[in-house]
Amino acid sequence: MFLIPDSVGRFFHRMASPPHFYAFTEKLLPWLTGIFLILLACGLYGGLYLAPPDYQQGDSYRIIYIHVPSAWMSLFIYMMMAVAGAIGLIWRIKLAEIVAISSASVGASFTFIALVTGSLWGKPMWGTWWVWDARLTSELILLFLYLGVIGLYNAIDDKRTASKAVAILALVGVVNIPIIHYSVEWWNTLHQGPTVTKMDKPSIHISMLVPLLLMALAFKFYYVIAMLQRAKLELLQRERTANWVKKMLSEQEQ
Amino acid sequence: MSLQEFFNMGGYAFYVWTSYGICFVVLLANIVLPILQRKQFLRQLALKQKRQNP
Repeated sequence: MFLIPDSVGRFFHRMASPPHFYAFTEKLLPWLTGIFLILLACGLYGGLYLAPPDYQQGDSYRIIYIHVPSAWMSLFIYMMMAVAGAIGLIWRIKLAEIVAISSASVGASFTFIALVTGSLWGKPMWGTWWVWDARLTSELILLFLYLGVIGLYNAIDDKRTASKAVAILALVGVVNIPIIHYSVEWWNTLHQGPTVTKMDKPSIHISMLVPLLLMALAFKFYYVIAMLQRAKLELLQRERTANWVKKMLSEQEQ
Repeated sequence: MSLQEFFNMGGYAFYVWTSYGICFVVLLANIVLPILQRKQFLRQLALKQKRQNP
């Protein structure tokens, strides 16, 4: 414990308390939304207007600015969900359970967007909406994992038990993550290989790369915003009989 | 680049704008729905509280 500064420890201790968490998100959300909107505006302007058309794919490649960040988010959020789930499972921290389940719907949405936009990009470029190759299939399995998590959570009435079950399902599903990531290298596929994460020399021009990274960052902020909105609802539903909720309600009425 | 050229997207207008449209709708729903549900939940809770201790 001596490795963690006192103030940081205190911060996390406070955040684990529902009323503090609720009040803190209220203060944080306008800032997050502001930064998100600025990043989104810059990313869209750069991607849809400033960046030149691709020499092979013309303007259809512009789908990349939502497809790739969404696909990245689908993996990132899954890891966040699994880690939060594990923390909830081990230390029984209620807030970690709430973060885990609140991430699931956002993650499912990004997975859905990645699949649909990929399909809409594949049709003009590959000539088909869908192929059962490794990348697309593993991403579809990811969507089912998210939906499984949400379904399982809703099927169990006691939310503490539900959170336990969901965390275990999420942790088992983590095996799918490296499969999705490396699928374009392990198997032959129509899906193009990585363009950005080739560290030595990304095969994408800077005028196309900057808007892509801006959109990726904007989506990170979006995730936090959407997750917190969902978490506030979840928290209120769980804590409906708690004193701080009653106090908040009576304060609102005056 | 004219506005018409911009919306035409080099002939890929349908694919590009459908993608962006679906993305926009899904992302917006993820923000709006929890807010509406929370407001409704708080209203119900407030009513219940009033009934219990008038």
